[in-house]
Amino acid sequence: MPFITNTDQQRKEMLDELGLTMDGLFADVPAELRCQSFDLPEGISEQKVRRRLEDLSRKNSTDLIGFLGGGFYDHFIPAAVDALVSRSEFYTAYTPYQPEISQGTLQAIYEYQSMICRLTEMEAANASLYDGGTALYEAMTMSLRVTGRNKIIIDDSVNPIYRVMIHSYTRNLKIELHETLNTGGLANRQEIFDLIDDQTAAVILQNPNFFGCIEDYSDVAEAAHKKGALLICSCYPISLGILKTPGAMDADIVTGEGQSLGLPLSFGGPYLGFMATRRKYIRKMPGRIVGQTTDTMGRCGYVLTLQAREQHIRRDKATSNICTNESLCALRALIYLSLLGSEGLRDLAHRCADKASYAYRRLTALPAVHPRFHAKWFFNEFVLDLPCPAVDVIGRLIEKGFAAGFPLSRYYKGMENSMLIAVTEKRTKQEIGMLAEALEGVL
Amino acid sequence: MKLIFEKSVPGRRGVHLGRSDVPTSINLDKKLLREKDVRLAELSELDVVRHFTELSRRNYGVDTNFYPLGSCTMKYNPKVTELIGSYPGFANLHPLLPQLRMGGILTQGALQVLYETDLLLREITGMASFTMQPLAGAHGELTGIMIISAYHRDRGNRKTTLLIPDSAHGTNPASGTIAGYEVLSVPSSKNGVMDVDALKAMLSDEVAGLMLTCPNTLGLFNPHIKEICDLIHSVDGLVYYDGANLNAITGKVRPGDIGFDIVHLNLHKTFATPHGGGGPGAGPVGVVKKLADFLPVSIVVKRDDGTYALEYDRPKSIGFVAPFYGNFAIILRAYVYILMLGKEGLIRMAENAVLNANYIKEKLKDYYDLPFPQVCKHECVFSAGRQTAFGVHAIDIAKGLIDAGFHPPTIYFPTIVREAMMIEPTETEGKETLDTFIAAMIEIAQTAQTDPDKLKSAPQTTHVGRLDETAAARNINVACVE
Repeated sequence: MPFITNTDQQRKEMLDELGLTMDGLFADVPAELRCQSFDLPEGISEQKVRRRLEDLSRKNSTDLIGFLGGGFYDHFIPAAVDALVSRSEFYTAYTPYQPEISQGTLQAIYEYQSMICRLTEMEAANASLYDGGTALYEAMTMSLRVTGRNKIIIDDSVNPIYRVMIHSYTRNLKIELHETLNTGGLANRQEIFDLIDDQTAAVILQNPNFFGCIEDYSDVAEAAHKKGALLICSCYPISLGILKTPGAMDADIVTGEGQSLGLPLSFGGPYLGFMATRRKYIRKMPGRIVGQTTDTMGRCGYVLTLQAREQHIRRDKATSNICTNESLCALRALIYLSLLGSEGLRDLAHRCADKASYAYRRLTALPAVHPRFHAKWFFNEFVLDLPCPAVDVIGRLIEKGFAAGFPLSRYYKGMENSMLIAVTEKRTKQEIGMLAEALEGVL
Repeated sequence: MKLIFEKSVPGRRGVHLGRSDVPTSINLDKKLLREKDVRLAELSELDVVRHFTELSRRNYGVDTNFYPLGSCTMKYNPKVTELIGSYPGFANLHPLLPQLRMGGILTQGALQVLYETDLLLREITGMASFTMQPLAGAHGELTGIMIISAYHRDRGNRKTTLLIPDSAHGTNPASGTIAGYEVLSVPSSKNGVMDVDALKAMLSDEVAGLMLTCPNTLGLFNPHIKEICDLIHSVDGLVYYDGANLNAITGKVRPGDIGFDIVHLNLHKTFATPHGGGGPGAGPVGVVKKLADFLPVSIVVKRDDGTYALEYDRPKSIGFVAPFYGNFAIILRAYVYILMLGKEGLIRMAENAVLNANYIKEKLKDYYDLPFPQVCKHECVFSAGRQTAFGVHAIDIAKGLIDAGFHPPTIYFPTIVREAMMIEPTETEGKETLDTFIAAMIEIAQTAQTDPDKLKSAPQTTHVGRLDETAAARNINVACVE
């Protein structure tokens, strides 16, 4: 049998030593509770399974020229990232409950937390959460604990994929959720300012927002703080190579999707939710946290800390039900950012913005294509208005070999003709030119 | 060992982007830009490789040696599943692609993997349908409780309480509370399983459901499980199966046949996907037919023409609990594992897991207290109670095991056993490994009597000794930002 080490002879020896039979080991399971069916196929060899999965993987088309983003981006991943996370001392370990033999994982998480703090200019980060969406939901519930209030304001320029998740999670909770409608692709300041009151726990915003527009939320932070509310900001980590940080905007909780930091797209997961906050809120933060300390000889080491917040200690009083983090994904992000370095991340962010800017000029030069918003600044994503439904245009472009963008009609009323286009450093000038020609051809 | 930031040499680069083929055109308003570059480590690729290789050598994984961490099912993670997880046709697939017109056609392979994993898990658990969305076991629990809540809302039931045994994982009560329920703890009987009389006394119309791990965290199968399910159903409650311990009974018992309504599975436990140093995992949730409408969207369906598609139009659904279709690359690994083991392999898996646990239990019962001596399932729980007479505690035994070259068992859990040591060997370990571990445990029991200080000062063989956790919580240092 695959992956079972004991031979039949050894099984027999062990059973003999126990004075039991295999049936005897299951004698505590009443006969009437045994499987009524277990109709599974016969096992197959490694050779066969590889053949079958190679065939299945080829039924997925990954050779389209991709301009799909929406919070999930096709960035280049250096080979060293894969090589290092493939070290089995990392990937076959579990949660570092025994710190003396887990310093590798623990120091890596501490370095990851440090990197997230440096990226966002916040004071404390956790060891990671499942993904950007659940991280945003956790930030929201954290704001309820910090403020003791129950009103949340979220603008619809926040990723709609995350907003629908928040709606599912809050259905059973006593939360007053207000959704404001963006104005011209930017967060609706007027409505948000009107809504902030002394019952408001937090305002949730995103930068760059779902439409790719760049914002400075310092004014929202100030308005929220005046009423004792928090600003939660979801952000795209690559953009932080150049953009004003949530910390500099005086945000209170920062989350985001870390997929862009060296994680493959993998059809939606596993991804990486990151979270950072102010030092004073650290005990209200969910998830694992690694801290530095010393051993009995005074040597520096790392441990899981502030565990009194967590489910395995506090049970029903815990800050969250989360048990583990996404350690291996956090390790990927750490290795990726270490390979890039300070200048590398800045250059990469510039490169993405430059390419998007080039694509924007090429595409808006087409007579029938117009920018949707007149917001002045975007990062690596922007919205175009087409003369016909975007769903159809994107469908036709798929036939021509392009994943040209995402139709906004899926989440926004009145945006039937709008398409969201993302450009990463991987797209070449030639590919952008080909997209422009193909788009012109199908309009 | 130095932090990566301390190794930084300004100007060094690990990755070069190459020359840009588009003009540098971005000229953003200064107000929107960060003032200074992010202070990341500046290193060559070799520097980075050496740093993380050195870190990896300060770690301990299943590939290092025996890892009997109870309740975590640290079985061997096959290399082939890692390889298949990296196939470009899966790894480079954008999750929004199937949401485009014509896009579904381009993701048929991935959708088929999700669909077939659903079918396989149905047959393994006896459930009617699954969602692959939950991103971890605890996330599966939350999803399951949201389904319980949606069911009662749909029925017009006003129910406020979830029942959870005192031996449960901490995630159970935490998930219950977060989903908006009041959680009540059901005591265990002196046999170590849920006390049916105590349960009866707690039953009321307020009870929305019961969450149960079976076998429980003591490794014991509750012979009254059917009666427990019937009792909960008698007040229109739902019974939730926490699949953390499914490894023990796969191919022997199916939660669906017993009367459970909702199941979550930890693919990283039973189905051998790597634990990754604490994630990523995956926690698919299965339900009986009457709950299928409440599952999260989207669901993969097979059309009459044999193609696969995502279905979103499910009015009673609890909505989205994850951005896409779950931790796809993890689900993929589990799918491969199930295909390779097949029916016989999965039955053998459970049998060997139970055999290995009982073998350890019998071989060590003369040396350590064994509060529940009956036949166990996938794990056994000892107590270091006897050793405390010499001042030696479960933690000292754990640290002694590290010096002997093993990962320690789970200690101080379940909390209903004093000085608990919870050992789960899994089916992938061979007899020689178990014998070496047993010999080490026996030697430690002797050392506890003859030289307790040796254990209290263990481990001595590691890069760091016992770490001061109190100081870590008091002088909080969770990031190096200077």
